Amino acid sequence: MRNQHSTRSIFDISRSGRRSTRFPEHPANPEMSSVEEAIPAEFLAEEMAPLPELAESDIVRHYVNLSTLNMSVDTHFYPLGSCTMKFNPKRHERLAGTPGLIDMHPYQTAETSQGMLKILFELQEMLAEIAGLPAVSLHPAAGAQGEFTALLTAAAYFRDKGENRTRVIFPSSAHGTNPASAALAGFECVQLKKSATGLVDIEELQAHLDDQTAVFMITNPNTIGMFEPEIGRISQMLHDVGGLVYIDGANMNAILGKTRPGDFGGDMMHYNVHKTFTGPHGAGGPGAGPIAVRDFLADYLPAPIVTKQRDESGNEVYGLSRPAKSIGQVRSFFGNVGILLRGYFYLKTLGAVGLREVSEQAVLNANYLLSQVKDFLPVPGGDVCMHEFVASASPVLKDRGISAMDIAKRLLDYGVHAPTVYFPLDVPEAMMMEPTETESKSTLDRYAALLRTIATEEDPEMVHSAPHTTPVCRPDEVKAARQPILKATLPATGVDEPTEEPLVTRSV
Amino acid sequence: MSYLLNTPAQQSEMLDAIGVSSIDELFNTIPENFRLGRDLNLGDHVSEMELTAQIQQLARQNASSSSHVCLMGGGAYDHFIPAVVDEIASRGEYYTAYTPYQAEASQGSLQTFFEFQSLICALTGMDVANASLYEGGTSVSEAAFMAMRVTRRHKKVVVLESVHPEYRQTLQTYLQNLETELVVVPTPSGTVDLKQVAAVMDKETACLIVQQPNFFGSLEQAAELTRMAKEAGALSIVSVDPLSLGVLKRPGTYGADIVVAEGQGLGIPLQFGGPFLGILACDEKYVRRMPGRLIGKTTDSKGEDCYVLNLQAREQHIRRDKATSNICTNQGLMAIRATVYLSSMGPKGMQEAGKRSCQGAHYLVNQLKANGWKAPFAAPYFKECVLTPPASVSEVVTQAQEGGFLVGPVLDRFTDAFCEETQEQLQNSLLLAVTEKRTLEELDQLVGVLAS
Repeated sequence: MRNQHSTRSIFDISRSGRRSTRFPEHPANPEMSSVEEAIPAEFLAEEMAPLPELAESDIVRHYVNLSTLNMSVDTHFYPLGSCTMKFNPKRHERLAGTPGLIDMHPYQTAETSQGMLKILFELQEMLAEIAGLPAVSLHPAAGAQGEFTALLTAAAYFRDKGENRTRVIFPSSAHGTNPASAALAGFECVQLKKSATGLVDIEELQAHLDDQTAVFMITNPNTIGMFEPEIGRISQMLHDVGGLVYIDGANMNAILGKTRPGDFGGDMMHYNVHKTFTGPHGAGGPGAGPIAVRDFLADYLPAPIVTKQRDESGNEVYGLSRPAKSIGQVRSFFGNVGILLRGYFYLKTLGAVGLREVSEQAVLNANYLLSQVKDFLPVPGGDVCMHEFVASASPVLKDRGISAMDIAKRLLDYGVHAPTVYFPLDVPEAMMMEPTETESKSTLDRYAALLRTIATEEDPEMVHSAPHTTPVCRPDEVKAARQPILKATLPATGVDEPTEEPLVTRSV
Repeated sequence: MSYLLNTPAQQSEMLDAIGVSSIDELFNTIPENFRLGRDLNLGDHVSEMELTAQIQQLARQNASSSSHVCLMGGGAYDHFIPAVVDEIASRGEYYTAYTPYQAEASQGSLQTFFEFQSLICALTGMDVANASLYEGGTSVSEAAFMAMRVTRRHKKVVVLESVHPEYRQTLQTYLQNLETELVVVPTPSGTVDLKQVAAVMDKETACLIVQQPNFFGSLEQAAELTRMAKEAGALSIVSVDPLSLGVLKRPGTYGADIVVAEGQGLGIPLQFGGPFLGILACDEKYVRRMPGRLIGKTTDSKGEDCYVLNLQAREQHIRRDKATSNICTNQGLMAIRATVYLSSMGPKGMQEAGKRSCQGAHYLVNQLKANGWKAPFAAPYFKECVLTPPASVSEVVTQAQEGGFLVGPVLDRFTDAFCEETQEQLQNSLLLAVTEKRTLEELDQLVGVLAS
C-alpha cells in the first residue's frame, strides 16, 4: 500500500547527529600521519559538505516509499513506444552481481580476466551474427553514443580515403539522437521532408545524394512501425555515391533472426542492449550501445576490442587490442559491462530459436493490438506493422476535444503507463504503442478496451483533467522552465531541526 | 528458455483477429531476398540452472576484489558500498522504469533525481547539477563542449597532461572531426607548472581542464588554475574525485565554473569499467547551456509540489541537431545509487572515508619507501600515488597477485598518453590507491609480500 506522506525531501528529514555508515578508526600507529600532516592546509576543506544526516531506517523508508510512486515494468503495463519496455528476467540481475564479475577492476591484467573476456568475446561474436555485420565494438555507453561512435568511425574511413564528406541525411521521423549525434560528430545535418506514406521518399533522397554525402541514418523498421520495402534500393543509392548506410538499432526487437541489417544494405548499426536484450532501463539508464560494422570499417572502430588467440599449448587466450586505425576511445575503460552481461545472459538463455520467437511474438502482439484500436484510433502506417505502431488521436481531438496527451494521462488512472506521445513528429496527435513480446493477449485486450473507454468517455472533462489517481496531476512545466528550481534548499552545516514532520503533507 | 506468454490457442485467436493465417505472413513486408532463411548461429539455448553454473565457473577464472585485496587506482576504486545502496537500487520500481516522460507516473524517479542533483551541489559546492552523464571521461568532453558554447570560443581547449589519459583520449576523439585544437600542458613533475599554463592561455581558449587530485593522485594548484582560466576569459573545468570532497576543498569554494567527476566511488561497483556515473555541476548562469537531463520542482494542477523533466528545450528529442548534447539514455540507476550512498554517508561519513583513505595511502607509501620504493613526484597526494619499485614492476604485480593483492595499473599501458619527459618519470612505475576499506593489517601484509 502506498504511503502518501512520503514526499518530503531527504534534506527535510535530516536530523543533526544521526548516522548511517560509520568506519572503524585505524588503530593508533605512530607512523600513521593525520590528514593535516599529510596535506597542506590550503587544500583542505574548512567545513563539511552540507549533506543530510540520516539513520539507515530514514533512508530505507524514504526511498522505498518514493519508489512506489513510480510505474515500472515490474508493476504496470508499459507500452512506451520505441523504448521496448519488456520484462527483465530476474536471474540475469542476480548473475550480473556474481562475485568475480561485478567486482573486477578495469585495469586488471588480461591474465586475471579470462572468464570476463571470454564472455565479452562471445557477445561480440553473437552481436555480429545477429547484425550480419562482422566487426563489433562493445565500447559505447548508450545507443546515442553508439551512433556518434559509428559516425566518427565513418569519418575516419572517409578521411583515410582522402574524401571530404560533410553531410549526414536522415528522415524527418528520425529519433532526435540521430541529428544530435551527427552534429556532435561535426557533420552538416540534412533532414528529408515528411513523406505522405511515412516511408523514405526515394526521389527526395536521390536529390540530396552526391560526393558530399557521408551517411544516411535510417531506422528500419522505421518509427511508424513499417519495414522500409525499398531499403535495398536506398542502400544501393548510397553506395553508388560512395556513402554509407547507418541503421539505428532502436527497433531491432522486430527483426531478430528474421532479417539482418547487414543483409539489407546497412554498413553500420548500434544496438540498444537495454531495449532489445533486457538490460533494464534503470529509470533512464544505464544502457549499452555496441556497434557493428562492415569489414572495411573494422580497422577504425574504437578501442578496446576483445580478441582470441591460442597459446603454445593450444589453449584459448583472450586479450584486449586496439584496431589498426582506431578512432580511439569515446569513454574511459571498456564499456558498460554490467549491462552487456545482461544481454549475454539473455542471448544464451534464448538461443537462435528463442530469439527469433521474441520478434515473432512482439510483432504478433503489436499487430493484434493494432487490429483492436484502428477503428477509433487510425493508424497512418496501415493495417500491418512490425513490433510497434503509431496511432493518431486526431479524430478524437476533432470530435470530442480529447488530445493524445489527454488519453495518455487518463490511462495512468487505469494503471497503465502511457504510450509515447507526440513522436514521431510527423504524425499529428501521435501515440506510439509498443506492447512487446512479454505481454499477454489479455493485457492487450484490457488496454484496447481502456483506450476505447477513454476515447468515448461520457464526460470529456474527466479526461481533460486526468489523471485523478496518481500522486500528482499535470505539473506546471511552463513555471518549471521559467523559474527553474533545480535543487532542494540545502541546510547550513550544523543547523538542526527544521520543523516537525507533519503526518500528511499531501491532499489525497 | 522463453520469456513469452501467449499460448498456441491465444496466438491463433490473435491471428484470426488480425486476419492473417500465420505469424510469418506478418513479416511479408520484408522483401524475400532479405529474409534470413536459416537459424542464427548463436549456439543452443541453455536453462537458467545451466547458465548459473557456467557463469559461476567463468567468474572463478577472474581475480576480483572479492578474491583479492584491491589497491588498484587510475579512476576506478574499491570503495565500501553500504548494503542500503543495493537494497534500494534493486527495487524493480526503480530499475524497470524508464526516463520519466510522464511525470505523474514517475514521481519516485523524479524526486530521487532531484535529490541527486541537490546532493551533488552540496558535495561540490556548485549551484546546479544535472541528473547524470555516462561516466567521468565523457563528462570532461561534455564540459568542454559546454564551455565552447558559453564562451563562443571554438578554436582551443587546454587540458593538463595530469588529467586521466583516458579522459584526454575521449576528449580527443570527441574533437577529432572538428577544428578545435586540443592543447596539452605537460606535467613531468607530476603537477603542472603554472607558468606553462599561463603561456598557452589566450583569448581563443574556451576552457582550462584540471583534475584534482590528478591522475597521479597529486594535488594541483586548483584554486590558482581556476583564477588563471577566469583571467583569460575561459571557463575552468575541474574534474574531481567525489570521495576526496569530505576532506579537500569543494571546487565551488574556489570558483570553478564547471565541476565534473567520475561517480563510481559513490556506491557503484567496479564492474570491469561500467556502468559508471558521469557527474556535471556548474554555476547557475550556465544552466541553459548544460548537457543532459535536469529535474525541476514545480507545482501541479492542485498546487501540490511535484517534479518534472525541466528545460527540455536543450535536449535532443526537442532540439535535434541544435541540442546541447546527444544524450538520451543516461545513468539513472547509477545516480540513484549515488543518492542513497551520499544519504547514507552524510557529512561525517564522507569525511571519515576520505580521511581513512588518505591516511592509509600515506602509511603504505611510507612503508614502501622504507623498503626501497621511490615516489617520483613530490607534490602532496590524497589517496593514490605513483610508485617505482626497486624490482621490475611487472614482477611486482605478479608477486602481489600471488600474495592475494591486486595492484596497479602499471603506467606502461599509457605510454602514448604522456610526453617523453613525463614518460621518463613514469618508467617502471605503477599507481597504488588506498580506500577506506583497507585495514592496517592488509597494508602491512602487502608490504610484507612485496618485501619478500
